[in-house]
Amino acid sequence: MKKILSLFLIVLFVSAPLSAQQRNTAANANEILIRNATVLTAARGRLEGTDILIRAGKIAQIGKNLRAGANAQTIDATGKFVTPGIVDAHSHAAVDGSVNETSYSVTSMTRVHDVINPNDINLYRALAGGVTVLNVLHGSANSIGGQNATIKIKWKRPAQDFLIPDAPPGIKFALGENPKRSHSNLQPGQTRRYPATRMGVEETIRDAFIRARDYKAEWDEFREKSKRDKNLTAPRRDIELEPLVEILEGRRLVHSHGYRSDEFLMLLNLADEFGFKVKTLQHGLEAYKIAPEIARHGAAASIFVDNWGYKIEAFDAIPYNAAILYRNGVSVSINSDSNERHRRLNLEAAKTMKYGDVPEEEALKMITLNPATQLGIGNRTGSIEVGKDADIVIWTAHPFSPYARVERTMIEGETFFDREQDVQNRAALAAERQTLERDEANRPSTSPRATQPAVPRERVKADLDDADDIDGGNHK
Amino acid sequence: MSSKFKVQGSKLIFALLLLTAHCSLLTVSAQLSPPSQQNQNGQAGTFLIRNARIVTVSGAPVETGSLLIQNGRIAAVGANVNAPAGAETIDGSGLMVFPGMIDAATNMGLMEIPLGAPGTDDDAEVGDMNPNARAIVGVNPHLTHIPVTRVNGTTTVLTMPQGGIVSGQAAIINLVGSTQGEMAVNPAFALVIDFPRVAGGFGGGFGGGFGGQTPNFEEAIRTRDQRLTDLRRMLKDAEAYGKAHDAYAQNKTLPRPKTDLRLAALVPFVRGEKPVIMIANREIDIRNAVRFADDNKLKMILMGGNDAWRAADLLKQRNVPVIITGIWSLPAREDDAYDVLFENASKLQRAGVRFAVASGDEGANARDLPYQAGMTAAFGLTPDEALKSVTLYPAQILGIADRMGSLEVGKVANVVVADGDILDPRTHIRHLFINGRKMPLNTKHTELFDQFKDRKLPASQ
Repeated sequence: MKKILSLFLIVLFVSAPLSAQQRNTAANANEILIRNATVLTAARGRLEGTDILIRAGKIAQIGKNLRAGANAQTIDATGKFVTPGIVDAHSHAAVDGSVNETSYSVTSMTRVHDVINPNDINLYRALAGGVTVLNVLHGSANSIGGQNATIKIKWKRPAQDFLIPDAPPGIKFALGENPKRSHSNLQPGQTRRYPATRMGVEETIRDAFIRARDYKAEWDEFREKSKRDKNLTAPRRDIELEPLVEILEGRRLVHSHGYRSDEFLMLLNLADEFGFKVKTLQHGLEAYKIAPEIARHGAAASIFVDNWGYKIEAFDAIPYNAAILYRNGVSVSINSDSNERHRRLNLEAAKTMKYGDVPEEEALKMITLNPATQLGIGNRTGSIEVGKDADIVIWTAHPFSPYARVERTMIEGETFFDREQDVQNRAALAAERQTLERDEANRPSTSPRATQPAVPRERVKADLDDADDIDGGNHK
Repeated sequence: MSSKFKVQGSKLIFALLLLTAHCSLLTVSAQLSPPSQQNQNGQAGTFLIRNARIVTVSGAPVETGSLLIQNGRIAAVGANVNAPAGAETIDGSGLMVFPGMIDAATNMGLMEIPLGAPGTDDDAEVGDMNPNARAIVGVNPHLTHIPVTRVNGTTTVLTMPQGGIVSGQAAIINLVGSTQGEMAVNPAFALVIDFPRVAGGFGGGFGGGFGGQTPNFEEAIRTRDQRLTDLRRMLKDAEAYGKAHDAYAQNKTLPRPKTDLRLAALVPFVRGEKPVIMIANREIDIRNAVRFADDNKLKMILMGGNDAWRAADLLKQRNVPVIITGIWSLPAREDDAYDVLFENASKLQRAGVRFAVASGDEGANARDLPYQAGMTAAFGLTPDEALKSVTLYPAQILGIADRMGSLEVGKVANVVVADGDILDPRTHIRHLFINGRKMPLNTKHTELFDQFKDRKLPASQ
């Protein structure tokens, strides 16, 4: 019994850093007034000495000297900066287990939203960096990977609350060295998976879309005929091809991993041929080489700001990528693809002002409104405008300053990260850890058959890209 | 040629950019060629930077002043400095002048591309004990990382081998020069020991040697202890080796001791004449490393130091400086405070422990050093201290503070002129001097930028 109690305590303890964030849970219905802030709207410029009134989780009013109801919570933001919540359009946080279903070259039937782990501590660390939305993607091991999940980080809530209900569905594609499996280690006796070349990647995607087109025709024909004949048998459902049909019908967003310009051109040409649009080029390290072609297709780019050189395909990546794409009219977002980098996307966006002189508000949009739009949720989040979700970050200084720190992160008016509370909780947490460590049930057993303690892990640096998690993470 | 982009730097540099962009058109873009070496070693001369804010770091800033560079050194700093005959004058109006930053932990020049181009990787030798592996030998002066790093304001780095237990000898280099000799500030500054620890999981192959397998805890402890024994024995052997050779030098009638390159390499370190960098991150490993250094009379510098704040009392007492490399690592434990590594520097500072902030990067992303330092000031350090953590403090720890780390008369003219705070990612570097040479600001990245920024769709499409 004591062991069970201890286990229970451990579970509590692991998820405890954040009990403070449970307050405000009823805030949805209430009014919150953020007073006297410098507001960077990411849509209508910078507003000094401005109030934001939040009602029922939405931004109700923006202006000077706003009045709230008697029961409204007031947050004095004098001297503080307020921005929209940061949207990370490429993440693998919260994925329970490996992010790559590497067995097939086409795994469109797999769904990330089935494996969201709401207790991943990296989610809380992202909140502490001002991130409110993540595009949680399948890995890049397959030409056509799994379906994504667009989530809001409603920490301490069950996984289903994280999913944004009206976010359009999406899917991961991947080009180049990762679906080729160039850097994977074959086990003895294991044969190499098709494709092994960029030619094969194109063929794999083409083959899938030919099958999807035929499948769609079969269903369209059935639907047409069944209007007259109710006794017709429906075609057999194919959950691999259904998402591809949705792509052909413009109902599912394609987020394609890739590095080199030639492989992206291949995909854009293929999409043009099949009559669909590629929504985002993920990473797009060489996107700057074909910026006019990307603009012509209407694709957006979701890129690292300056990560480069970590593998041979990343050798021509330049930090001016964002600036060149922006000047060509391409929607640009700066993403992390990393549980480390997503904690400081504000500084990553700031670099676009250095590399190619992107204007300040455009740089801010690259981590807010642009990724929100790329994920099809720009109507509800990504900027501070009346009627949008109150996804808001309060900073101690301009978020592009290295000296800025997040004070509070709100989603739909509810506070999910509060620096003050976090700091206040630390002593209690440390005491709790000590208590647990002293508990007899948690002391090493003298029995030779007892479970051994885990060997401590090494420190974790930023992943290079999501191929790192190929083969369950032991690819490194 | 009209450009929508602001042209930075002088017309001369712009002309060079055009020239180099033209040259690079002739090469295959994916080819592993370094950026154009034209003028990559800069231009010597006498330079007077005027009307700028001079952030000396060692003292109060000069709000509007001048800095004179002559014969590779800083010749004058102050409110009023007269231009000597023949000096090139640089208008610093609205600009700020800083000492070049010093990154005290990199593998600069030793690894160009970690994945897919093993021929470019020279950072880790085979075997556990490589005291005679010298970073300076493997540094490729023409690597793309070097110009990319310096144009962000880092002018000097410590570069080191990695892997095994004794990884080899770290060098201090300036980021300019056509040969290792020209780059070297101190070609063999310190021995690098990846301090044996109980390790597994991510990166466990390094100190733990378990590869991808889940290690057994007791076996991991045994392995750590065996490695410590091996290390201790080797250091003792080196001590004895040094004594034997000294004795032979005094008395040639003694039997002549054999030469052993590995032991010979260790002698100055076991005698405490040169520092030993111990890489350790967890508190227990840090404390063990300090004890080990004490027992073996090593002059220790701690590198890594994620938990250094937990051992601050010991580090202060033993006067062990810390080169922090983990600011942008993830906290090791789930229940660590989210900012535990952001706050490490400020906690060490408050405890009176000497420290420097370093990138710990192989090379490509070492240019992020200023932003890592800047972030420590969001979490407790003052901005002035954050700046010192990448200038004066690493200079002191690396034993080069007499020559570098601040803007003082007589120091090597490693000087950065920027349009704002050097730790701010929005800031542009406008002028750069290393060893008093005016450096070009072009890199592989600016060259590709120039090549593609105005590209249009072909008319036929």
